[in-house]
Amino acid sequence: MPYNIIVLAKQVPDTKAVTGKAMKDDGTVNRQALPAIFNPDDLYALEMALAIKDAHGGKVTLLTMGPPQAASLLREALFRGADKVALVTDRRAAASDTLATSYILAHAVEHAAPYDLVVCGRQAIDGDTAQVGPQLADKLGIPQITYVYEFVAAAGKRITVRRATDQGFETIEGPTPVLLTVTDKAPAPRYPSMKRVMQYKKAKTAYEAKAASAAIPSDGMLIEEWNLDTIKAELNRCGSAGSPTSVKRIQSIVLTGSEFKKIEPKEPAIEGLIHELIEDHTIG
Amino acid sequence: MWVYIEQVGGQVADVSLELLSKGRELADTLKVKLGGMLLGEGVEPLTKKLFSFGCDKVYVVEHPLLKRYETIPYAKAAAELIRKENPQIVIYGASAIGRDLAPRIASTIRAGLTADCTDLEIGDHEDPVTKEVHKDLLYQIRPAFGGNIIATIVNTHGWPQMATVREGVMAMPDGNNGHQGTVVRFRPELTIKDVFLKLLSEERKEHTVNLKAARIIVSGGSGVGSKANFKHVYELAGVLGAAVGASRAAVDKGFIEKAHQVGQTGTTVRPALYIALGISGQVQHRAGMDESAKIIAVNKDPDAPIFSIAHYGIVGDLNEVVPMMVKAIRKRV
Repeated sequence: MPYNIIVLAKQVPDTKAVTGKAMKDDGTVNRQALPAIFNPDDLYALEMALAIKDAHGGKVTLLTMGPPQAASLLREALFRGADKVALVTDRRAAASDTLATSYILAHAVEHAAPYDLVVCGRQAIDGDTAQVGPQLADKLGIPQITYVYEFVAAAGKRITVRRATDQGFETIEGPTPVLLTVTDKAPAPRYPSMKRVMQYKKAKTAYEAKAASAAIPSDGMLIEEWNLDTIKAELNRCGSAGSPTSVKRIQSIVLTGSEFKKIEPKEPAIEGLIHELIEDHTIG
Repeated sequence: MWVYIEQVGGQVADVSLELLSKGRELADTLKVKLGGMLLGEGVEPLTKKLFSFGCDKVYVVEHPLLKRYETIPYAKAAAELIRKENPQIVIYGASAIGRDLAPRIASTIRAGLTADCTDLEIGDHEDPVTKEVHKDLLYQIRPAFGGNIIATIVNTHGWPQMATVREGVMAMPDGNNGHQGTVVRFRPELTIKDVFLKLLSEERKEHTVNLKAARIIVSGGSGVGSKANFKHVYELAGVLGAAVGASRAAVDKGFIEKAHQVGQTGTTVRPALYIALGISGQVQHRAGMDESAKIIAVNKDPDAPIFSIAHYGIVGDLNEVVPMMVKAIRKRV
């Protein structure tokens, strides 16, 4: 049977390529200083959704919450095979912690309903919390299965997946609707198809069109933008107001050297080092 | 001040015991009792061990539907108990279960949660906007942003303040003493409607790599260059009777299995001697070994961050240096 699948993805700063000042003084991310990429775990989530659609039929909708430039992530999702995408964007969502973010995303998912499966990446490389998936499942009132790396089978309203545990793995069967979080041990994401790139490269949001002084694209090429009012989110549950946690202080990593001995890569020096370690009983 | 006690098949997880030592410290600072939250079926016998590890109280939450871990029944039961008793702080081990459960509880009770803390302290906080001063908050300290910064996070919206901490980050206490405590029994309201998932099969792997217990660890990074070249790491470990570790980069490149990974997302270790070969020393790796008593680093790059925490630094090619080290060690035998 065909499945309606909603995928959540996040555009993240490429934290492996930090240049300039990474953080603003108020403790939030200075996204301008870093190249923005599709969060890696979310690519695996999208791939799992697309593979389920390939096998069973259905529709894959991908949503992202972010600033206007996150539209580029949505285009990438279209290139890879998503059927529909939408950008949840609103200044009033800024500085949301995971609780506020999951509240907003839950409203967005309900706005995109109906759904059989909600699929997310396990965690994002900027916050590294792995919290939004489970919190979203709670707000949607559906079961969650985390650390999924294989979608084994689906039959009607029952699905079977394999997930990693600390001790090994488990094969779990559950009912739909259900939320899955997917790790990078899942099947590798497919490449965007040239055909879809040609088809969707002109897709843009109304915001992007205005910024380029271009006409707002027709329906097929218009990437929808939803703000907090569109998805009927209560403002006091969003942004700082809806975030119990806040950053008190951030410190850049400062490397301090202390009692450092440089050893030449030559036999006598190395023998000296080993001798010292034997003398003080570090080496038995 | 509560610690979530993770148990699987009647065994208390090491990380929960480690958190009890930190929990004791925080409870003493706050002058409150240390509580343990223990969920399961037939788990009351474990309370004796928990008292000896420092718990003043153990909340025993038993129900047939809690026999095996599943998110929704566990989250529901825990949320009921937390709502009833209103602890200031609840901390959880950031195991696969902890990372599945803690956010679900946080969402249910609308509490703040910080993941993978590397330190916890008590302190005051002035709200930058309202200027209101919150006293005795939990400082939740963790690397973030790919490890490029250390963030201190606070929860200003009330109790409980919750955090998860990975295994190995806090020290394991002595389970000594004959410390006594009280058992508080709590029966949650759960029905079969709260259970959704069915376990079809599971497989457990035996842990053959015991990095945490090793006195000496020889670790290889991406600078080792290949799986085959890890032979240098194995050889040096062999003559020292050491365990073999690795950086995440080496694991991701397929040089060695993940069980050997040292670092924030691997194992945290505190050996007497840590030898880092071809490891650049990214923050996430350093977080997993920087409390080693002695650190020797071998790297071609004189600017590698590992040198900033090493006690002995050798700027050179490990392919030449390691054989010299092996020879010197064999000589004294």
